[in-house]
Amino acid sequence: MFYREAGDFKTSYRQDSQTFPIRFDRWRFYAVLALAFGVIPFVINDYWANSVFVPFLIYAIAAIGLNILTGYAGQVSLGTGGFMAVGAYACYKLMTSFPEVSILIHVLLAGGVTAAVGVLFGLPSLRIKGFYLAVATLAAQFFLVWLFNKVPWFYNFSASGQITAPDRTVLGYFVTGAQTSATAKYLVCLVFLVLVALIARNLTRGTVGRKWMAIRDMDIAAEIIGVNPLTTKLTAFAVSSFFIGIAGALFFAVYLGAAEVGEAFGIQKSFLILFMVIIGGLGSIFGSFAGAAFLVLLPVLLKNLLVGTLGWPTDLAAHIELMIVGGLIVVFLIAEPHGLAQLWRLAKEKLRLWPFPH
Amino acid sequence: MNAMTEGYVTPDGRQIGPVLMEMKNITLRFGGVVAIKDISFDIREGEIRAIIGPNGAGKSSMLNVISGFYVPSEGEVWFRGQKRGPMKPYEVARLGIARTFQNIALFDGMSVLDNIMTGRLTMMKSGLLSQALWFGSAEREENENRAKVEKIIDFLEIQNIRKTPVGRLPYGLKKRVELARALAAEPKILLLDEPMAGMNVEEKEDMCRFILDVNDEFGTTIALIEHDMGVVMDLSDRVVVMDYGKKIGDGTPDEVRNNPDVINAYLGVAHE
Amino acid sequence: MPEQLLYAMEVTLNGLMAGVMYSLVALGFVLIFKASGIFNYAQGVLALFAALTLVGLQNGQIPFAHLINAALGTNLHSFGWKLPVLVAIALTALVMVGLAILIEKLVLKHLVNQAPIILFMATIGLAYFLEGLGDVMWGADIKKLDVGLPQGISETVESVTDSIFGYGFFIDNLDIVATVVAVLLVASLTIFSQYSKQGRALRAVADDHQAALSVGISLRFIWVLVWSIAGFVALVAGIMWGTKSGVQFSLSLIALKALPVLMLGGFTSIPGAIVGGLIIGVGEKLFEFSVGPMIGGATENWFAYMLALIFLVFRPQGLFGEKIIERV
Repeated sequence: MFYREAGDFKTSYRQDSQTFPIRFDRWRFYAVLALAFGVIPFVINDYWANSVFVPFLIYAIAAIGLNILTGYAGQVSLGTGGFMAVGAYACYKLMTSFPEVSILIHVLLAGGVTAAVGVLFGLPSLRIKGFYLAVATLAAQFFLVWLFNKVPWFYNFSASGQITAPDRTVLGYFVTGAQTSATAKYLVCLVFLVLVALIARNLTRGTVGRKWMAIRDMDIAAEIIGVNPLTTKLTAFAVSSFFIGIAGALFFAVYLGAAEVGEAFGIQKSFLILFMVIIGGLGSIFGSFAGAAFLVLLPVLLKNLLVGTLGWPTDLAAHIELMIVGGLIVVFLIAEPHGLAQLWRLAKEKLRLWPFPH
Repeated sequence: MNAMTEGYVTPDGRQIGPVLMEMKNITLRFGGVVAIKDISFDIREGEIRAIIGPNGAGKSSMLNVISGFYVPSEGEVWFRGQKRGPMKPYEVARLGIARTFQNIALFDGMSVLDNIMTGRLTMMKSGLLSQALWFGSAEREENENRAKVEKIIDFLEIQNIRKTPVGRLPYGLKKRVELARALAAEPKILLLDEPMAGMNVEEKEDMCRFILDVNDEFGTTIALIEHDMGVVMDLSDRVVVMDYGKKIGDGTPDEVRNNPDVINAYLGVAHE
Repeated sequence: MPEQLLYAMEVTLNGLMAGVMYSLVALGFVLIFKASGIFNYAQGVLALFAALTLVGLQNGQIPFAHLINAALGTNLHSFGWKLPVLVAIALTALVMVGLAILIEKLVLKHLVNQAPIILFMATIGLAYFLEGLGDVMWGADIKKLDVGLPQGISETVESVTDSIFGYGFFIDNLDIVATVVAVLLVASLTIFSQYSKQGRALRAVADDHQAALSVGISLRFIWVLVWSIAGFVALVAGIMWGTKSGVQFSLSLIALKALPVLMLGGFTSIPGAIVGGLIIGVGEKLFEFSVGPMIGGATENWFAYMLALIFLVFRPQGLFGEKIIERV
């Protein structure tokens, strides 16, 4: 009943191009923010933080990153895991080399390093398109994982070959290391996610976003109306990798605490993020949230149901999860290529007219 | 040489300016196939210039040479008194050459408004950081350009579909949106690739009116290729006729209509 | 002859043999891509699935035993018989045909006219599904596959090369068999596509979908046919790889290795798949042999991709692909 456009007049272009043009959406957005910052931090415990909230927040950052590249700019990448690894290892090297600098700065710098690496691997995108490019990004995936595995400098010559995050604080609270509270982990990731989402939203509604989408929808026409394909694609690679690098740094430093590159950032991670983007919705920031939430919650639910309630073996549950995820990907691509975000949009459109059918 | 710099006056009293673009002895080959053979003509400021010819005459190739998408094998393209060297397509766009396409080339995933806004991309210069924070020049620039785009939306009477995804529009409206996108670039010269192809009579009339209005209101120079002889003769100030890659006629619609070569080559085989 | 050169020759030979194995997987990709324009990421998982099914049938495993046991509390494992190798292979081939029909009915039919990249992502989903299905059906433990192929170092090759160079080459018998099988497979595919009615239809579709449809070729039949053939090729590849390194998850990763092979060879060329496979096989072995020790080894993990990537930047259509002309 409250969900109406009518009477909500826009008197400037500025109002018209805002993120939530409908008043009800705007209020709901503030409510979610209030809940996320004002309520959850006080009730969260370790189980919820580690199995649901923190992975969700970090994967959402990575999914927004990949969505910029794949959903907005149309360049499919299977190298997300490798780029997350760059973020993680850059963060680790920075943390151990400059312990006096704030971890927040390190995470941002790690994003910057990843952006540079992303641009490097994005260079071939001018010559190679579609799934040729997708396969080419596998080169990044495998090479980067190999690099961090084989060159001891990256893991500070540690005997195990692992990287371990040293204890760091923000405003006196631990945010990495064993003493970190669930609330601190959650809040750090939340702040980065909100930041990333706002930047992504701003970029995609403006000039850069239009260039990306133009290249995605029809690259030749885009070039003829004046879009430089090289710089546009490289900007997409840079921005996307920047976000993915931040996600990788947080995944290692805040979430895992210690990581081995092949395990934490292997090809499976690339697919996981890609699936989040497909299921959530290509070319939708909200979809990145929805996809990340869906694929974080699904295994938790399945595990609770199959292992916890029915008492089935864990590996069987894992295999059934593979089937469900794979099947869902196919179903979504067939029925709704724009993912959960589109379903949500359709629901809203229905709601906007409710109770009148047309 | 006088006419070169000063132009002429059309029968209906419009003043046509000096030469804006000149094609000098253009030849275009694909491997062994010669698509265009030694063609020269000019386009003057403010006029509507048509290129016509039967199927396979090389019209589209010619348009692609003008738009810079194809680089001619021989010959020169002069634009605004300067020889145009080989350029990337996006550099040509920055010179002020905009076009529409025979098989509509809109960005299907974007709204009508966003599609038209892409026409102004070459004029939007704000940096990535400013855009990321939506602060300062990015927002100002967005609103200024939006205002210009809204004028074009009003002009082409597509206000009601502003926010509709382009993929959902019917054919005729898509053509109009494409015209809007090209206009948004405020081009020095506007190239239309069969703007009337596949339209019904009513849509054709609308499109004719818009083309004439654009020329009239903004003084935009227009070069178009078109199949529909009737339309071309009504619209254009001067017509180039091509057949098998060669130029067989050039002049006002009346001159061309009475040119025996044109009658033989074009009208003789026309079956409409 | 200097020893280094002999080593290099041996490495090259081994690389050629490994390349044949890559080509086997790549063949399946090319077949599907030519006939339907689909880049079938699931090809490697098809090989895994085929190998799993073969082992399962051979050993008389009860399908879904794991799931049934968990759901009903029973304790089923096997039917208690062992099928002869040829029967098991024939049954597996049938299963692969059935799978092809299901894939066409449930997936492909609904994705006609979608962008290639969407189809590609759909096959990634399919790969996940099949991988899960294979594990649920037959269990995820590493299985030994033995269909009676000779294995181990070939003594003939060793003694012959020893008498010529004074240095015996180590070549695996299985690799030699794989080479022979690959040659036979390519030959029979060529004969099939050149001389049989279905083969002609297949080539017609590969040439021009619309034209093929208009002369009355059923696209859906062709798709089932080509996925069945790809399933059969996957079965052959699965047997070879399964015998070599056991039937396990990593088998599906060989599909990933086939991707750079295709990028080199071009997606539409069967000779390209073979040559590309050989180049990658030899290239990665020689690189590991010469440069590997200096930079930490295990370069096989990425060499193929980097090679293909660099190659593609200079020749985007691959070795044998047709030149792409852009139009407006």
